[in-house]
Amino acid sequence: MKKLLALALVLAICLPVLAMGEAATKGTIIVGVYEPASGASGAGGKQETLGVLYAHSLQPTVTLSDGVYDIKLVEVDNGSDPAKAPTAAQTLVSADAAIVLGSYGSGVSMAAADIFDAAGLVAVGISCTNPGVTLGNPLYYRICYLDPFQGTVLANFAKDEYGAKKAYTLGQLGNDYDIGLINYFTEAFKAAGGEVVGETFPEGTSDFSAYLTKAANEDAQVIFAPCSDLYAAQIVEQAASSGVKIPLLAGDTWDISSVVEAAKGSQVSVAVSTFFDEGDTTGAAADFVTGYKAWLNANADMKANNGGNDVIAAVSALGFDGYNLALESIRKADSGEREDIAGVMADVTWSGVTGMIEFDENGDAKRDQAFIKKVDTQNAVWEFVKVQGIGQ
Amino acid sequence: MDFIQANLPYLLAGISVGGQYALISIGYTMVYGILRLINFAHGDIFTVAAFFAVYLSATMPLIVSLPLTVVLTVVLGFVVERVAYAPLREAPRMSIMISAIGVSYLLQNLMWYITGGLAKQYVTIPWISSSVTLWGTTTKMVTLVTPVLTIILVVVLVQLINHTKIGMAMRAVSKDFETAKLMGIKIDAVISITFVIGSFLAAVGSMLYFSNYTAVTPLAGAMPGLKAFVAAVFGGIGSIPGAVVGAFIIGISENLLKAVGLTAFSDAFTFALLIFVLVFKPTGLFGEATTDKV
Repeated sequence: MKKLLALALVLAICLPVLAMGEAATKGTIIVGVYEPASGASGAGGKQETLGVLYAHSLQPTVTLSDGVYDIKLVEVDNGSDPAKAPTAAQTLVSADAAIVLGSYGSGVSMAAADIFDAAGLVAVGISCTNPGVTLGNPLYYRICYLDPFQGTVLANFAKDEYGAKKAYTLGQLGNDYDIGLINYFTEAFKAAGGEVVGETFPEGTSDFSAYLTKAANEDAQVIFAPCSDLYAAQIVEQAASSGVKIPLLAGDTWDISSVVEAAKGSQVSVAVSTFFDEGDTTGAAADFVTGYKAWLNANADMKANNGGNDVIAAVSALGFDGYNLALESIRKADSGEREDIAGVMADVTWSGVTGMIEFDENGDAKRDQAFIKKVDTQNAVWEFVKVQGIGQ
Repeated sequence: MDFIQANLPYLLAGISVGGQYALISIGYTMVYGILRLINFAHGDIFTVAAFFAVYLSATMPLIVSLPLTVVLTVVLGFVVERVAYAPLREAPRMSIMISAIGVSYLLQNLMWYITGGLAKQYVTIPWISSSVTLWGTTTKMVTLVTPVLTIILVVVLVQLINHTKIGMAMRAVSKDFETAKLMGIKIDAVISITFVIGSFLAAVGSMLYFSNYTAVTPLAGAMPGLKAFVAAVFGGIGSIPGAVVGAFIIGISENLLKAVGLTAFSDAFTFALLIFVLVFKPTGLFGEATTDKV
């Protein structure tokens, strides 16, 4: 009996070693994925995570000077809710993450910043555009452009493209992203001589007809409604069914396939500014587009998380870059320790599919252009309009 | 004409959303009338009905899936009553209320678990979902259909309650539970039928509501559910015409508030109204004054 027990014990000890086989690695480095998988930004968060997962599937290991390490992704769901976010962030801290990616949505990122900071954990914001994410948070970096930039780009676009003199803005009450971006848009639009009427809607609103009517009654020439993807689809759907002719304009959150679905076959005009264009056929971007589409089509679950189609969201491309940048920072630090990564982070650069990523003194990526896309309502696809900067 | 064109959309939206609240609030008010229970799970049954429609329609034609949605919703309402409320019939009223809150959270979290928390697009029901232009205002057909359908259903329901045997039994049970029982009325059957009717109306309301506002999330029914509850209290809980009138008033005033630019306060208004009614006229518009017998 004793012998049998001993044998079982030996086997139990040996099995994991055997299972590792020849691909034995020095250890595992954990990369935390801090994204919403539920709530109002759940769809966007899932698409961003998909980009990270795809990048991980291509490069599941990292080679440091003392050997090859496995990278393990730990995903947590921050629920699109700043109240739930700290718990999710704490989970990553406790899970010994070496670096964290995320989040989609600025409010949840800001809610977690202090927790990551206290743990000495570097966080890389993927698509959170509010300046408050990195401002005053030395360990929070970000790879996308910021709202003051995006707001100005969109205000310029509204002027140039639609000749708009009066804009109607609509955002969710108390949402950092919405209200922040609307402020920057309003500033830039007014500075260019325009007039702005603004309204907000409470969380959980599903009836937007009153707001759309208001915009029409105010004779606005453009509706600027940068809100979470859940509301985006509803606004577009209701604008389409109530025959709103005023063009809708929004930021990166609207770059999602549900918006295209909602606008399909209608007269509504929707334009967004975003980080990446699927039609980009230069170098790394083209490889990413074909590789990512093939990967989505080969994995039914992943495709379902992408909204059931293989349209590439800009946040997926950013997520892809985010993961590769995290790998680069681990390589540069030559370590999976938090403090080593924090030490080198400011100097990490990466040439990704969304362009060159270099950090400024706040930890923000230096970005000077945004892609403007429009919904082609007949074919239900995004149509590239132009690259817009703020130097015009 | 300009004035009409500018404000008609608000009014239309108000009437239509009011009709949808009405269909939900009848469920609240009937259950309260009979069991003295505020069935907090009712708003979630409304949401589950929407998910039934979404998932069923993915695999079968609408002509099958929509009736099946109604049937499944009714079964769900029936089962909830049998499992969570019937065993507590003799328990203090607070216990059954807490059980209702439990069911509400259970349903919400089940939906969360099954759907993964992402919004689902509601099915497009032909004709109902199509656009129609009325005095220069474009809206969905459902906006016009809702109030008409609501009123028809309410009239039928009132007839049922006032002129059929089961209706008489319901009235008897709501007047005096114990005595009705002693007179040989099958209490359990009456209560089940109440839940069946409530769930049926919730299923119809859900079709109308989500045809208009097409994103279905696990919490999509929470707000309309709460507002329908306020409507039921406002109209006088226990009274069907009261619930309907209350729902229309709330739906319309909410939208008119938005018309004057107080968009951020439209929800606050509804709940301020609840407090106001409870403080100044607890019996609501049509509620009976309770006479406590010693």
